Amino acid sequence: MPEAEPIISAVEIDKFFGTFQALKNVNLTVDQGERVVICGPSGSGKSTLIRCFNGLENHDAGQLVVDGIDVHADSKEIRALRQDVGMVFQQFNLFPHLTVLENLTIGPIKVRKISKVEAEERARKYLNRVHIPEQADKYPAQLSGGQQQRVAIARSLCMETRVMLFDEPTSALDPEMINEVLDVMVELANSGMTMVCVTHEMGFARKIADKMVFMEAGEIVEVAPPEKFFTKPDSARCRAFLDQILEH
Amino acid sequence: MQRAPLITRFFRSVPISVGLYLFIVTGLVWLAFTGSQAMGYNWQWYRIPQYLYRLTDDGFEWGEIAVGLVKTLQLSSIAFLLALVLGLLVALLRLSGLVVGTGVAIVFLEIIRNTPLLVLLYLFYYVLGPVFGFNRYVASILCLGVFHAALISEIFRAGINAVAQGQWEAAKSIGMSTGQAYRYIVLPQSVRFMLPPMTGEVVHMVKSSAIVSVIAVAELTTIGRNIISDTYMSFEIWFTIAAVYMVVTLILSAGVSMVEKRYSTNS
Repeated sequence: MPEAEPIISAVEIDKFFGTFQALKNVNLTVDQGERVVICGPSGSGKSTLIRCFNGLENHDAGQLVVDGIDVHADSKEIRALRQDVGMVFQQFNLFPHLTVLENLTIGPIKVRKISKVEAEERARKYLNRVHIPEQADKYPAQLSGGQQQRVAIARSLCMETRVMLFDEPTSALDPEMINEVLDVMVELANSGMTMVCVTHEMGFARKIADKMVFMEAGEIVEVAPPEKFFTKPDSARCRAFLDQILEH
Repeated sequence: MQRAPLITRFFRSVPISVGLYLFIVTGLVWLAFTGSQAMGYNWQWYRIPQYLYRLTDDGFEWGEIAVGLVKTLQLSSIAFLLALVLGLLVALLRLSGLVVGTGVAIVFLEIIRNTPLLVLLYLFYYVLGPVFGFNRYVASILCLGVFHAALISEIFRAGINAVAQGQWEAAKSIGMSTGQAYRYIVLPQSVRFMLPPMTGEVVHMVKSSAIVSVIAVAELTTIGRNIISDTYMSFEIWFTIAAVYMVVTLILSAGVSMVEKRYSTNS
């Protein structure tokens, strides 16, 4: 049997903001069940790249196929795509006017059109999975940053997506809350979820990544399995970056 | 801490402030009174209450002014509802990102904002009325509705823009359409930003509805004019009409600020 189609396939992607080129000739594939970690200095285009994967940004050139759907500026199928590609944001972006439970059920009820009872059952299941079942009736503002991010992860899980994108999920957190979020993400990775993760948490990356990607100035500079990536990366720029963030 | 100079403390003290206030108000009233005496005005306040209410053999009965007030409230609330719907529509068009939508919204906004309300009313009554065959009452509702829709659309736009961009992204990333994102995520959150300026608009609407008296639509101001042409009591009637408007708008403001308070403690 031939190998399954990659779930994300980006070929020669370019992206411009005005005259600034945010992505230059980016090629990347993510297979079903694969865990990819993207790192690199800020402004290197990591977030832009994964925001292209669910159509929050539109690439200007190249071909991007996600979950069998050709993603481009006026894609009619973009909503269908987003139902299968979850996203966790740096700033959580929970809906502040809804309770935790409502945050988790609004997508399944309004978009997936499942019943309220079923949606709530599902929401409680995933709240358990991120270890905060007792917070269901609170509003986001009443939770700590770490709890909010776990709710955001659960919100994405409730859509039962095939891929999850993480855009620096721990960068806005106080240090003591980072681990509770990373623990949840490790459990998720171990459950077989396909994940693309932009992060600076190298310990986490080493633990879960199947593939490490290093980006700089809009280009993918290095793609390697973690053993090689952390010990003997090919590019000097990648080595310099790792030295900088790992020396503490 | 250094104390304020004696003179400042003197003017800030409560009895002095109250005294000054009473002095100024008395002065103004006295000026008005002597002025009207000088022109030989004959005050007839005793004739006013009958226009508010009457006690006849049949019992209690509302007077013309009270009836006019109800008409004013009817007119303004229908026009306000129209303005809300139209205003939201214009705001959504403006924010749609479609060139045509934005263009239409901006042209509408500029035409309405740069036309005096009175001229707009004449346009609706003397031009559009005969063309489309609607009467003066419909003309005034449409005119007020359209005029305030322009102002309200800007309140909607500001309120919608005040909701963080991340909310849009989160809504879209769980597969919501633009309509769903507006309905379930963005608009509910923007209500909090829109309530205070919206209060102002309600009050503004009640006040600007007075202008329809120039095309003789029966409402508070028109009725005031009618009473005056019968009785020549212009001072008393205009004072009364002004007071009635003020009482209504003050009650409205108080009501909405209560709603606002409840809303802000909820979120």
